[in-house]
This record gives sequence, C-alpha cells and structure tokens, in this order.
Amino acid sequence: MAPNIPADLKYSKSDEWVRAEGDEVVIGITDYAQDQLGDIVYLELPQVGASFAPGQSFGAIESVKASSELYAPVGGEVVAVNSALEANQEPINRDPYGAGWLVRLRPSGEQEELLDAAAYARYCEERAH
Amino acid sequence: MLQRTVLYDSHLAAGARMVEFGGWEMPVQYSGLIEEHQAVRGGAGLFDISHMGRVMVRGPQATAFLQYVTTCDVTAIPLGHSSYGLLCQPDGGVVDDIFIYHVPDEYLVVVNAANRARDWAWLEQHARNFDVELEDRSERWAMVALQGPAAEALIAGAEDSEAVEIGYLPFHGVALTRLFGHTVLIARTGYTGEDGFELFFDTEHAPALWQRLLALGGPGSVKPCGLGARDSLRFEACLALYGHELSEAINPYEARLGWVVKLDKGDFVGREALAAIKAHGPARRLAGFELLGKGVARSDYPVHTVDGTPVGHVTSGMPSPTLGKPLGMALVPTALSAEGSEFDVIIRDRPVRARVVKMPFYKPRYKK
Repeated sequence: MAPNIPADLKYSKSDEWVRAEGDEVVIGITDYAQDQLGDIVYLELPQVGASFAPGQSFGAIESVKASSELYAPVGGEVVAVNSALEANQEPINRDPYGAGWLVRLRPSGEQEELLDAAAYARYCEERAH
Repeated sequence: MLQRTVLYDSHLAAGARMVEFGGWEMPVQYSGLIEEHQAVRGGAGLFDISHMGRVMVRGPQATAFLQYVTTCDVTAIPLGHSSYGLLCQPDGGVVDDIFIYHVPDEYLVVVNAANRARDWAWLEQHARNFDVELEDRSERWAMVALQGPAAEALIAGAEDSEAVEIGYLPFHGVALTRLFGHTVLIARTGYTGEDGFELFFDTEHAPALWQRLLALGGPGSVKPCGLGARDSLRFEACLALYGHELSEAINPYEARLGWVVKLDKGDFVGREALAAIKAHGPARRLAGFELLGKGVARSDYPVHTVDGTPVGHVTSGMPSPTLGKPLGMALVPTALSAEGSEFDVIIRDRPVRARVVKMPFYKPRYKK
C-alpha cells in the first residue's frame, strides 16, 4: 500500500515531516517511517529549550524489532514536545501527521535540503524496490 | 536473487511485509509484530519456516556419524523423539545449532537457513569416513510451526486427520500422521517458549495445508506470524539465535549451552577443546539483563564496566512485548555474568546502566 504523504508538508530523507505553523515548525515521522518500524513501543524526545543543528539527532524511536534515530530536518530550539506520547506511542503509528507529532521548534533559519511531497513519494517508491 | 519458499504467494496474499533473512525473502509480519507475538503467547500462531534446511541422514553408521559431528548424545534419542544439538569446530566454536529427529530408519536434521550450504558441506566432509548417506530434503518438504497454548486442541480438531490423539505426543516427540488428508511428519518442537508443533510435508501440498491450518478453529483462531514475532518470542524464552548468541567465535559454554555438550559420550568434533574450556571455565558468558536507565539495547551495542572499560557486546535486545520492558542478552566477562551484577550498555554513545537478571526472561510453558 502506498504511504500517506500529505501535499502541504516538507520531508527529509531521514523520513521526518516538517509543517510550518506561524514562525514555528512541527516535526514528526512519516507514514512510511512508522510503517517500516512497526508498532512503536519506546520514544526518547529532547527537553524543551534544547537546540539542534539541522541533521543532528534529537531523539530515538523504537519498535520491538528496530531502532531509529530522529534527525532534526530544521535547526532550532525546542519549544514543545508531545509529552502525551511518553505513556502511549500508539498515535505515532495511527496518526503520524496529527496526534503523533513529536516536537515543535523555533527555527534557527538553517535547514537540511527538504523534499516536497512529490519528491518524497518518489524517494519512498525507490526504496520499495 | 533472494530465495523464496513455496509459501511466498500465500504470504503476499495475506498482506505480509517481506524482508531479507539469511538469503531468503521471508514475511517479517502480517497484522503486526505485537499482535502476532500475543497470539502465540495466548492462542496460536502459524509460521512458515521452510527456509530452514532439512537433511536426511541414513545408513548403517547414521547414529555413529551424528554422534561424531554433534555435541549431544544421539544414541540417547529414542525412535520417535528429537533433540537439540550443536555442530562444533575443532576449537569449540559453533558451526550451527540444529535439531535432530529420530524417525524410522533415519534421522532428520534441521539446520538454520543462513547456514544451509555451509552445514551441508560440513556434514558431507565428515560423512566420508562413515557408511552413511545424506539427502537434502529442503526443497521437497515444506516446514511450518503451529505454536501456542491452543495448538494442541486445534490440531486435534483438524478434519480428515489422524491427529485426534496428538495429546499423547510428548515434548520433543515426532510421529508420522495424517492431517487434512495429507501425510505429515509432526513434532512437538518449536522456538517460541510455548507448547506447539512443527510440521513437515510435501511442498506440493504446502499452500493448501497452510490455508487449512490458518482456518483451524474458525476465523482469527490461528494468526499467521512472521519472523519479527519469531524473534521476539524466542528472545523472551532466551533461545539462542545463530549469528547472535552463537557463532564460530562463541563456544557452547559461553552461550550457557554446556548442557548440550556430552563430553562423556566418546569422541566427537571439538571434544578436546570443549573439555579444556569446561575445565578452566569460560572467560566470558552470556548474561540476561534489564536496563536501569532509559533506552533499548540492540545487537552489537558495546558493553562497558561501570568505570568505562569495554568488556563485551549485546547479542540480542529489544523491548519485551510480554514483560513490557527493554531486555537484552550480552556476552560479558564471567565475573559480570552473575545475577545482580551491573554494567553499562552504550546506547548511541551514552552509557546506560544494566543489571543482570535471571534467564529465561519468560519461563517456557512446554507440555511435559
């Protein structure tokens, strides 16, 4: 089944999505990434106030079978983390673009080269073969 | 090009996600790893394990040959029974871990998928000095495992079968029976820590038998399970996985499999080295651990003493679905392997404290 890739988001090659909201950005993992990992059972998120450079690891996400590091697609300072996920990570699998969001950043202006939805869809397609 | 089992199309039709494992394209999960894991702990799950190797050993010296190439006492396996065993190198390192089934006039040896070619060469090389015949049955027979506490009742209720008295088949017993009108070799063996069966049958009937087994007990009673759940189930029961807890560089005493090595049975490959290792005690040993800090330990993560000296590595680790916490196994110096010992697992460049706990993490519920 083709992964859900909303047209209005930007994507990193490490399978994070980025949504601009005012002068902040919200970051999560894509439907493709959650599907590859399977049921997520463990999550490590940064503290509010921590700063990350683009491409820097800001946490980790784990299923029973695999670990995956989380990389900041956009540099910036963490202004909020989705602390509801600490007790229950299931929203990441069920609703990766909504209730499964991970962190909110105030961008520093530096960012990785991000893909639009069409380019990210091609990138997922390439890896399926 | 990856190899595929005879059930490949059945897996795709059931919505499996396929992955590479030991040169094979196998289902890693169908509905979801945790759901499949829980199905086996609480009901029944069906696994395609046809990627494993099946070798028949027969001839006047079949017993003597297997006695020489394995560490277990093959003369102690009665007809209709089976035993876990190891193939060891002369230095005591493990070539593979295997299962030996004693069936009329021959033995069926089941070997790991990734080691099929190497094991075959190893067996053939040693067979030259014995009056034995080896036959690779891997292509002709399929192999599936029906595992879980409900497995016995489900098999007993199978239509057009002679397996109604399956309750009499003891743990590790093996017998020829009829299931859904087909001849099937059935063994009370498995790799999940639950009661259950492994079935061998002609590949020709495999897709039909797979469907009939999945339909046992009505919709949803038997869940198709992938290699993901197979790994998490065996991990909780602390059953060794070759390439992780066992390898050419790991000996049975290090892997806590000394009970599989029968030094007093006569000569066998590796005996001298293994006797010396046992006499001195292994320098390192497998230890089960839980993490006291946050994180998940994974295979190959380094293990340090609490003051930072590298001393070992994690062999397997994951968040245990049944116990609800991240657990692991590691090869560490023997002094650090005792229950209650502490060491650090290096998770993404950060030491996380771990404490040694009793193995197995999940106490197997075999039928005795």
